[in-house]
Amino acid sequence: MAHTGSPALAPHTKYETHEHDVLVIGAGGAGLRAAIEASASGVSVGLVCKSLLGKAHTVMAEGGVAAALGYVEPRDNWKVHFRDTMKGGRYLNQWRMAQLHAMEAPDRVKELEEWGALFDRTPDGRILQRNFGGHKYPRLAHVGDRTGLEMIRTLQQHGVHCGMQVYMECTVTRLLVDGDRVRGAFAYWRDSGRFVVFQANAVVLATGGIGRAFRINSNSWECTGDGQALAYLAGAELMDMEFMQFHPTGMVWPPSVRGTLITEGVRGEGGTLRNKDGKRIMFGYIPELYANETASAEEEADQWLRESTTGGASKARRTPDLLPRDIVARAIYSEVKAGRGSPHGGVFLDICTRRSAEDIKRKLPAMYHQFKELGDVDITKEPMEVGPTAHYTMGGVRVDPETQQSRIQGLFAAGECAAGMHGANRLGGNSLSDLLVFGRIAGLHAAKYARSHAAPKLDPEEIEAASREALAPFNRAEGQNPFALHEDLKDKMQTLVGIIRVEADLKKGLEQLARLSEAVGRIKVDGNRHYNAAWHQAFDMRNMLVVSEAMARAALLRKESRGAHAREDFPDMDKGHFSKVNIVSKMTPSGMEVREEPLPDVPAEIKQVLEEKE
Amino acid sequence: MSAKATLKVFRGDAEGGKFQSYEVETYPGMVVLDAVHEIQAKQEPTLAVRWNCKAGRCGSCSAEVNGKPRLMCMTRMSHFEEGQPVSVAPMRSFPVIKDLVTDVSFNFEMAKKIPPFSPRPREADGTHRMQQQDIDRIQEFRKCIECFLCQDVCHVIRDHKKSNFAGPRFLIHLATLDMHPLDTLDRRELAKDEFKIGLCNITKCCTEVCPESIHITDNGIIPLKERVVDDYFDPVKWLMRKVAGGPEKKKAKLPVISDEPLRGTFAATPLAKRGEGE
Repeated sequence: MAHTGSPALAPHTKYETHEHDVLVIGAGGAGLRAAIEASASGVSVGLVCKSLLGKAHTVMAEGGVAAALGYVEPRDNWKVHFRDTMKGGRYLNQWRMAQLHAMEAPDRVKELEEWGALFDRTPDGRILQRNFGGHKYPRLAHVGDRTGLEMIRTLQQHGVHCGMQVYMECTVTRLLVDGDRVRGAFAYWRDSGRFVVFQANAVVLATGGIGRAFRINSNSWECTGDGQALAYLAGAELMDMEFMQFHPTGMVWPPSVRGTLITEGVRGEGGTLRNKDGKRIMFGYIPELYANETASAEEEADQWLRESTTGGASKARRTPDLLPRDIVARAIYSEVKAGRGSPHGGVFLDICTRRSAEDIKRKLPAMYHQFKELGDVDITKEPMEVGPTAHYTMGGVRVDPETQQSRIQGLFAAGECAAGMHGANRLGGNSLSDLLVFGRIAGLHAAKYARSHAAPKLDPEEIEAASREALAPFNRAEGQNPFALHEDLKDKMQTLVGIIRVEADLKKGLEQLARLSEAVGRIKVDGNRHYNAAWHQAFDMRNMLVVSEAMARAALLRKESRGAHAREDFPDMDKGHFSKVNIVSKMTPSGMEVREEPLPDVPAEIKQVLEEKE
Repeated sequence: MSAKATLKVFRGDAEGGKFQSYEVETYPGMVVLDAVHEIQAKQEPTLAVRWNCKAGRCGSCSAEVNGKPRLMCMTRMSHFEEGQPVSVAPMRSFPVIKDLVTDVSFNFEMAKKIPPFSPRPREADGTHRMQQQDIDRIQEFRKCIECFLCQDVCHVIRDHKKSNFAGPRFLIHLATLDMHPLDTLDRRELAKDEFKIGLCNITKCCTEVCPESIHITDNGIIPLKERVVDDYFDPVKWLMRKVAGGPEKKKAKLPVISDEPLRGTFAATPLAKRGEGE
């Protein structure tokens, strides 16, 4: 199938070509699930990933996958999960996505079990579920604190027997499009630097997030906003880009591991946040929206924890330590700013006085290991120091809620790189269920689309242009070092477009991003194309800058504080205008256009579900 | 605070190479992977290294540090004597692609040869019931992050490359499937004939290097070996099983893997099969 370029091309552009009905870009949970679904429907599927198979950022997911199975709390059902998700997202979610997600998540989790996943068990042998932030009932199916690893390995082991072709360590630099119709992708092998052209009827983007644009982040190197940037550059729209989730609990010390994730499961298992005076901080940060359902004193919080984790229905209200992530992250930020933080600029997360050493090692083994090896802290004896870390982007490619198709025909997106499911803030545990539910939907509809459309023709001109762009960094006499530019970007995003935003900073941020974009256009790479780290970094930088700009522009436009987006100059949530719009970014000949788009109407029966009291 | 450390890093490719010395400034908590990144960012932008999570979860940054197979992200610089250079080399059992990056496609080829999990039907209420104590042991095996350090250190793989020996990683996977309460396939014949479990002579090198502290030999390979032996060489046990009954498993066959690269196959696209290019 591989052949060298067509005669119409300049002789120096050589590449191999592969044809697929469906091409999936990204092999984390969403990509693998999409590829499995498309393969199952009988079409030819190619799965492309920047890393080795099974190494995607999904392996880092710790706490669990949210699904209203009702095994631990029989009162749980999709309606409660749906309400929790919409409330956590401050009602900016695409209601239809949140509904599909809540309804289908239980089946997706059971299906994993069918493929070999081994979740922790209840005493009667069913899947055990744990408490998590913003979820009314214990809802997260989990495997200790390594749920993501279990999921990706299960999907990988099932997937390799489903008849898909996997292209590992292969980076896509451009989507190939014919007007508003996708026709493939241009890529290079990371090891040899040689070019690959994929011809595909349908393409699914499943490339994850953009955490690497921030100084303090929990993400792996791959999370550079590739899918969002590829879609944007191909003419698709991005949405909700102002909403970047800062996970409340990243490591803060030592510097080597600053930002590395500490699972919310620590608090799910009873851990509490304390300041330097030993005071539990969260009782002082309960917002009005959650006041009715949150314990106002320690006794009630502890009673709830005791009763809800032992299978009984608790009459007490939930502990504020498990409020949604945006609230907890800002509480920690405020404590540190008020001078009540821990020695290294965080607060304390205490599990050692709450659970036995044996319990901690059994339920949180990775956390125990991580702190012991990398932080010199024994979490069965001492509290952890924690602080906010850039973790997840609610924004992404704007898709149709029913099919996950973008505004480009045949181009789909699923998982973190798609927008709409989580609104202004994602609940913990809802990402693993998101990628299963919408990975499947994207794969299903991509296959359907591919079957009903004739294979598109490739355009040699377009391939030639992609090749020129890819080789440009080698052809400059002098220029910028991509690693230095990345350090620069991380600092600017952290300080100017970070956890608390203000107009003057955002404007300054946009100026800095413009300067950096210009510099990225002048990156110079030495050496050859053989596994060249600097060259790889050059593409990551292009993508991160597209996404960073969309984030800063959307943040500037949204003049309120809602969910993960906090404005110092507009500290309140707007009950009027901004509660009714999503912000959408699109490429135009004169640059990035950012506009407001009204939220879709909520049908009466869904409104009723939202207002129901159980 | 700004102490310095010297790293001797392998630079080269399939043709060969040599160790090159670099000096880096250390900082609190620094791990070997941080030091390699320092070199990459400030001295050698083309230095090739594989990594992903930098938290010991993905198993990408496997290398040999001072001759010992380790994850670079979990190896603290403070672990080494000050002033002594630290050597960083690619895994020895796999062909070098460039610098610290090796071709590990052998493992991905092996993975697809193992007949997949085949569960029994669900209970009437739509659930699968399993007791926690019955899955504790295989949950230990499922901690595997596929760093392939066990494959790297395994002398059977190092010495008998052509034998098609699956290696510790995949014997553990076979053991997981064998001990899974829901699985209905009997892979013991394959474990013996195809994956050559008999070649393992239990030197436990794999267990020693496992960053997840999985008891690869004691809890996985040895019990699997015993079950393979029981099946084939112990007539008493064979007869008892026949008489006592119990769920009989279906004998597993190798999955059909075609070499045709595009349809109906999985391929990790090994280097040799890749197309022509510039």
